[in-house]
Amino acid sequence: MISIKDVKKIYSSKKGQVKAVDEVNLEIKEGEIFGVIGYSGAGKSTLIRMLNGLELPTQGSVIVAGNEVSKIKGSKLRKARQEISMIFQHFNLLWSRSVRDNIAFPLEIAGVPRQERLKRVDELIKLVGLDGREDAYPSQLSGGQKQRVGIARALANNPKVLLCDEATSALDPQTTDSILDLLVDINERLGLTIVLITHEMHVIRKICHRVAVMEGGRIVEIGPVLDVFKNPKATITKRFVQQVTEPEETKETIDHLVDLYPRGKVVQLGFVGEEAEQPLITNLIRKFQVTVNILQGKISQTQNGSYGTLFIHVDGDAEEVAKAIDYIQSQQVGVEVISNA
Amino acid sequence: MLNEWFPNVKWDSMWEATMETLYMTAISVIATFILGAILGLLLFLTSKGNIWENVAVNKVISAFVNIFRSIPFIILIVLLIPFTKFLIGTMIGEDAALPALIIGAAPFYARMVEIGLREIDKGVIEAAKSMGAKTSTIIWKVLLPESMPALVSGITVTAIALVGYTAMAGVIGAGGLGNLAYLEGFQRSRNDVTLMATIIILIIVFIIQFIGDLITTKLDKR
Repeated sequence: MISIKDVKKIYSSKKGQVKAVDEVNLEIKEGEIFGVIGYSGAGKSTLIRMLNGLELPTQGSVIVAGNEVSKIKGSKLRKARQEISMIFQHFNLLWSRSVRDNIAFPLEIAGVPRQERLKRVDELIKLVGLDGREDAYPSQLSGGQKQRVGIARALANNPKVLLCDEATSALDPQTTDSILDLLVDINERLGLTIVLITHEMHVIRKICHRVAVMEGGRIVEIGPVLDVFKNPKATITKRFVQQVTEPEETKETIDHLVDLYPRGKVVQLGFVGEEAEQPLITNLIRKFQVTVNILQGKISQTQNGSYGTLFIHVDGDAEEVAKAIDYIQSQQVGVEVISNA
Repeated sequence: MLNEWFPNVKWDSMWEATMETLYMTAISVIATFILGAILGLLLFLTSKGNIWENVAVNKVISAFVNIFRSIPFIILIVLLIPFTKFLIGTMIGEDAALPALIIGAAPFYARMVEIGLREIDKGVIEAAKSMGAKTSTIIWKVLLPESMPALVSGITVTAIALVGYTAMAGVIGAGGLGNLAYLEGFQRSRNDVTLMATIIILIIVFIIQFIGDLITTKLDKR
């Protein structure tokens, strides 16, 4: 559906050249929810804007839904843009128009007759759950409702691709989740390809099938979300994964526990998918002369399966502890010994 | 009682002068609104980072606007006499005042339009572009409606300035309340005529401000 080949975007300023996007290659399949994560300035915003021609690449080609967006101009580009919708961090609604008229705007642009427009708008209002708010103005809506209007507006012309530019970054956690649920629902119901950029791993974890991690204009890591969670390679990816697998206070807690248990070892286990359901701890206690103390655990749900982390304290004879850890490793469970107390 | 307080006021000529002032104001406000909006849009669209970004065109329009905004109105009327004679055929009467009124006020209003347009969130324009909107659609359905409260409050201020300009134009023969106050009031030392003309001008200004505020509040959904 989307193919990005050898794309570079260089901005020239008085201070010299800035490579916003550097040698990016990307294939996104139809019906996929693809996430791009990175800190601000990583080039993800420029990258997503190249998908609908709001930015043009300095070099390389961008093909979306059969159109070479990086080449076409004028009415062809405008026509193509009707198939590549976008929602924004700050919603970008027209405050002078009511909810209904905001959603009708892209239909006016596409030249849909009035009667059909009204019908389509009513459908969309139902789809995004804004019944009863049709005649409200954006200033009377909450952030979540504004983004629902944004989504309805983006879906009006039955696009093939939906681009989400930090669409939930201005929303509170609960509203973020409801908007993300709506995006998944749309993806499943309409088979829409969704590309989103974010700096929140939570968003990637919750709805994306695949993720690309960007740093300094380059994609440093790419893969199915679960794989990236299971085995993050780049340092920046590890940091992003920690955002969701480890609650913020974990590090402090672990340090504290290491102090508390001067003997034995504190071990972090990572479970992926079905492995999470094995009675690993039971086996450990039965087979080895060790005591196991569960310190902290968490399971996260991703679109391709669950991912869990568990912190345990293993104590006993040094040899037995070593054997026990070998055993855990043989069970295809991610093991990281945090301390050798 | 009115005749006691204003013994020298001839009500029929006062009425006639009021109508002349209203006529000059109305026509020049309409023309200023259109011309100023066009100039303001051009200033905005050709500025850096906008749809028709063009430094040369922007500088030319900007210079034109700044020059005509800077010339004191009373001097502008005199400077424009040849142009007015060519256009209208005379330089006496209300119609002869119109070119100077419009050329004096439109650049002033154009700057206000430009400021109003700059206050529109760039993201909204980007959103319209991302939907495949043409530039004309962006102008008519995004830029103008989104800046309408600013455009209306701007034209209110300009209209009030124009009422003042018509009085100045009156002094050099354009008719209206300014003409009456100057010729009948000042030159014949009939202060009651000047006072009455002032009161009527104040009423006109208050009404313009009231209508402008009303429309602005009604339009502003922010």
